[in-house]
Amino acid sequence: MNSLKAKLPPLGTLGPLIALVLACAFFAFQHERFLTLQNFSLILQQVMVVGTIAIGQTLIILTAGIDLSCGMVMALGSIVMTKMAADYGLSAPVAILLGLLATMLFGLANGLLVTRIKLPPFIVTLGTMNIAFAITQLYSNAQTLTQIPDGMNLLGETFSLGGARVAWGTVLMLGLYLVTWLWLRETSPGRHVYAVGNNPEATRLTGIPTERVLLGVYVLAGLFYGLASMLAVARTGAGDPNAGQTENLDAITAVVLGGTSLFGGRGVLLGTLVGALIVGVFRNGLTLMGVSSVYQILVTGILVILAVATDQMSRKGGR
Amino acid sequence: MNTNIVMQAKGLVKRYGQVTALDSADFELRAGEILAVIGDNGAGKSSLIKCLSGATIPDEGEIVLDGQPIAFRSPLDARRAGIETVYQDLAVAPAMTIAENLFLGREILRPGFMGRVLRMIDKKQMLQESIARMQDLKVGIRSMVQPVETLSGGQRQCVAVSRAAAFAEHVVIMDEPTAALGVKEGNMVLELIRRVRDKGLPVVLISHNMPHVFEIADRIHVARLGKRAAVLNPKTISMSDTVAVMTGAMKPEDIPAECLA
Repeated sequence: MNSLKAKLPPLGTLGPLIALVLACAFFAFQHERFLTLQNFSLILQQVMVVGTIAIGQTLIILTAGIDLSCGMVMALGSIVMTKMAADYGLSAPVAILLGLLATMLFGLANGLLVTRIKLPPFIVTLGTMNIAFAITQLYSNAQTLTQIPDGMNLLGETFSLGGARVAWGTVLMLGLYLVTWLWLRETSPGRHVYAVGNNPEATRLTGIPTERVLLGVYVLAGLFYGLASMLAVARTGAGDPNAGQTENLDAITAVVLGGTSLFGGRGVLLGTLVGALIVGVFRNGLTLMGVSSVYQILVTGILVILAVATDQMSRKGGR
Repeated sequence: MNTNIVMQAKGLVKRYGQVTALDSADFELRAGEILAVIGDNGAGKSSLIKCLSGATIPDEGEIVLDGQPIAFRSPLDARRAGIETVYQDLAVAPAMTIAENLFLGREILRPGFMGRVLRMIDKKQMLQESIARMQDLKVGIRSMVQPVETLSGGQRQCVAVSRAAAFAEHVVIMDEPTAALGVKEGNMVLELIRRVRDKGLPVVLISHNMPHVFEIADRIHVARLGKRAAVLNPKTISMSDTVAVMTGAMKPEDIPAECLA
């Protein structure tokens, strides 16, 4: 009996999927256009930025941290990319690389403050959120950059797959999920991320350099935010200094809805993908129903509290 | 019992500001024994253990392991030298599986490119080795792929002890391994400690629990006022006399010769 119980996936990993199906069923009844291939490929395009940010966010939350700066850092990355290209005529790959460098530097700063000065991630990233926002505004003069080199649009373009239009950016996002999921699951550094979130002291005592693991996670998260910047630029065809504001909370919501515990050490990355889809389905469905964006923000707020409450209660009940 | 000395310390001194925690303390661990270390709070018991396990660096004195003088700078140094430590607060990662916990920080990697470059772990091999090691120590846990948090406190501590025993080449140090456990669970861990000793690994056991100490220790090191007050033989001395030595009510020179070990 014991072994059967161990083999079955716990409800926690199936919960997000059930929630996604329920949300889809709800919106399918509300609007006939919701349940079309076209609409689903649109949802996938809409979630590619949040989804990619949420990979980085998942890594940080797995270590029992949190990153409030994720959306702002993403916006900064997209401004750096587009401005480098516009101001200095740099080619798309070089400009993108510089953008990735900028977001990774922010990740490094977050990581150093957390590991060296031992500040709580919540406070560190609350600070860097504002710093990133201000730098973005100052550097861009609060102007949207629309003159971007051709190469930067590439990932926003679509190809046909069985009647649906699929964006290359979506493919990239799904690929990133797959690779990172395997990395977390199958490699020793990936397992160490879980161990640090589970019991940092015990992990340190086994000889794992926990601070280096943490620092690596913050830098890696910065890389994912940078990749999200690249996708945001490709999708909108512009560098928008006011981007990232909805993505900031949406990414955290996606992680928590996906079943990753805010207490660290528990969660499956693919759950985050499902969480991002839930957020996307809600935004898309409510838009189809003609619900104004203020109410969408209201709903995401409620969703995140519900998800955290579920996490809290399952932790208490599960012991 | 053979009396080869595995680990020895002479004249250890450790000062914390004005406080002298260790005042020229000696220590001696023989092959194949369970040596209990007891002492009142502030007797220098934990400072001694910290010096032996690399958690602190002594100000003076020398430590010899298997005839070689050693100077640990960190717990990792001690671990590399073959000394494993089990801590009282159940030092495991609860959401991870037993197999993962046993190999945490020492994962078996897949052969070739997959392991060396991609750092991919060999789960199958780790599972098999876990089963073999747990069977070796007769730990009755059915599945190695269940998360540690599904185990009782005693079983969790057994995982921690098994991990130490599996990787220690010279010495296993256990700091209050039964302190957080109930009676039945505590006995389970004691039984396991005995099996670790029977496999030939000497064990240093720090404990406040006198019945436990008398049940399994071969010799008892009594720490007092930063020194080693005496090494007692639990087969010949009574529990109350042991406590008397520990508190200073019985002077070391008053201990009958047959009670010393």
